[in-house]
Amino acid sequence: MGMKIGLFVPCYIDAFYPGVGIATLELLERLGQDVTYPTEQTCCGQPMTNAGCVSDSAAAEALFVKLFSGFDAIVMPSGSCTHHVRSHFDAIEQTDAVRHVRANTYELVEFLHDVLKVRDFPWAEFPHTVGLHNSCSSLRALRTASMSELGEPAFSKPMTLLSGVKGIRFATPARPDECCGFGGTFSVTEEAVSARMGLDKVRDHFHAGAEYIVSADSSCMMHQQGCAERNRVDIRFIHIAEILNGARQ
Amino acid sequence: MKEKPVNHAAAAVAFIADKPHLDFHDARLWDMRQKRDAQMHLLPEWQDLRSRASAIKEHALANLADYLEEFERNAKSNGIHVHWAADGADHNRIVGEILEARGAKTLIKSKSMVTEECDLRPYLAARGVTVTETDLGERIQQLDDQLPSHIVVPSVHKLTSDVARIFARSYGTDPNADDPHQLAEAQRLAARPVILHADAGMTGGNFFVAETGTFVVCTNEGNADLSATVPGVHIATIGIERVVPRMADLGVFIRLLSRSALGSPITQYTSHFRGPQDGSEMHVVLVDNGRSARLGMADFWTSLKCIRCGACMNTCPVYRRSGGLSYGAVYSGPIGAIIDPTFNERKYSTLPYASTMNGSCTNVCPVKINIHEQLYKWRQVLVEHHQMPFVKREIMHMAGKLMGQPKLYRAAINGTETALSTLPRFALYNWLNPWGKNRELPAPVKETFHSWYRRNRPTAGRATPETVKTETKA
Repeated sequence: MGMKIGLFVPCYIDAFYPGVGIATLELLERLGQDVTYPTEQTCCGQPMTNAGCVSDSAAAEALFVKLFSGFDAIVMPSGSCTHHVRSHFDAIEQTDAVRHVRANTYELVEFLHDVLKVRDFPWAEFPHTVGLHNSCSSLRALRTASMSELGEPAFSKPMTLLSGVKGIRFATPARPDECCGFGGTFSVTEEAVSARMGLDKVRDHFHAGAEYIVSADSSCMMHQQGCAERNRVDIRFIHIAEILNGARQ
Repeated sequence: MKEKPVNHAAAAVAFIADKPHLDFHDARLWDMRQKRDAQMHLLPEWQDLRSRASAIKEHALANLADYLEEFERNAKSNGIHVHWAADGADHNRIVGEILEARGAKTLIKSKSMVTEECDLRPYLAARGVTVTETDLGERIQQLDDQLPSHIVVPSVHKLTSDVARIFARSYGTDPNADDPHQLAEAQRLAARPVILHADAGMTGGNFFVAETGTFVVCTNEGNADLSATVPGVHIATIGIERVVPRMADLGVFIRLLSRSALGSPITQYTSHFRGPQDGSEMHVVLVDNGRSARLGMADFWTSLKCIRCGACMNTCPVYRRSGGLSYGAVYSGPIGAIIDPTFNERKYSTLPYASTMNGSCTNVCPVKINIHEQLYKWRQVLVEHHQMPFVKREIMHMAGKLMGQPKLYRAAINGTETALSTLPRFALYNWLNPWGKNRELPAPVKETFHSWYRRNRPTAGRATPETVKTETKA
């Protein structure tokens, strides 16, 4: 039997992309983990803190700790929420429970890659060309892949995992590390720049030959999909959990 | 009347609407970023250089007063006049007095962000001094009466056709002749006589060295050398944070500067000024203008490490798609967004939000300024100082409350009447409205993950944390 895992499903995944939550749960169960989704969960507090309103995320953070401190590990299909819990959970008193939660929260890709060390997904087959989108939180905060800014040796945890899927092919966009422009509340307060960045991002993948954009972050993809649909860029979107769980399209 | 914050978002809308300019701007700056990457790959010691540069700067800033006084002593013994300017007004007065004492009516100057910061040109114009910028990009901006839009390439937001129109207006050249070589020649023909007959010259300074009492100016056009040496009076305006302790430290910065800025190994000219030539004089004006105060800000003092290479601007996806002028400040882009609020917190309160906090800026910065973390921190400071717009502040407040109450939150997600009567629907929807302007909304779903889970894992997930804890320990 594996660890006792608390599953956190970010609000926008719960509301708009339930399939991503389901794939994450099923994948972890398939890998022998004991997974529980505490049903009282709401949000990690990131939107308020990123806007500068730190005290307003205290209630969300306290609830999060209350619901998740009893688990060995907390796993979530989101880089930015993971980054918030791990690095920015500062609105509440730093008790042992808070420290436990911060130290044991993982984004799904890093949990699979670093903790469970899974490399093969024999049940998965995805005979399509995909472009990988790393969210800026995953790329530059969680460091799940090498970044072009540093000139470091190339590595990519999501790519390593996806390489264990039969039939998958990769397209490389011209600017793989460029932010897609979602940025949380930035997407509405700086609507024009945000939407333009999103459009440039999906076009870059499209021109590179991608049929799908795959990412570990649904928030980026929610924004990108909105830009692609409005501008009729013919590209589809899928969360990495869905591919790794054996989604057929 | 309260000063209005810069409306970066509105300026960006206009910038993006002009596709030829947008595309050129994005491509040109991205090309600089790529050339910078290529230079980085040629130097295996790149990250070591960044660490050293950062350490030297932090050391110099931590001992700033000592190094400034050491520089003053050594510069004076080199025959350089050293002046101290507490703020912009002080700086302008000092420069004005130097010119007045010599009866100087014409001043040629090379690019200096500090003089922009101090608003020197209007000050001197009012005193009958004609100021001519000699850097090509800066001259274009001067003729067009605009701030520089980039700290290294001031007119990067302009196409050659824009420059042709500006030159036609000022120099009487053909407004349709937009060949870059012809334009450069037009500028040369217009500038040379002014340079040769100027009463005084002015430059900035990229670095000054405490142990030698000398300073360094890096340019690509050679215009700083003309400005410095032709008239016989050379005034150099330099921010106090530009000091490095030793001559040996310079190598680290010279290797990083142009590689980070333009992606070239070194600037065409790296001129060391060691003292006045025979029969001429040299002045250095050391400018504080808020720097000492910034040095005392625990979260923001490392912004003083900046060597003004512009790498953070070139890599910034927001800057590339909004243009430097949209920041409404002397310093634009990521570095501008963290230092402008120190000059005027209200006016520049919007700038730390003109970012997705993607962190690319921090990782290209040659002196390792944690720019995106300072943007994050600035937002907190601005909220504490009541600089966030009321509606947004209220929405965050209510969202925060909602997130702490599972039942209410669940009701909101499910879109029930309970939620609608508790949420300020109108305000919230209006605020979120811009999402749909250039983007579709996500498609509605049959059921949330939450309700799927309750149907498919009916016995799970409702354990109290205490029981979970006990089970874990057992």
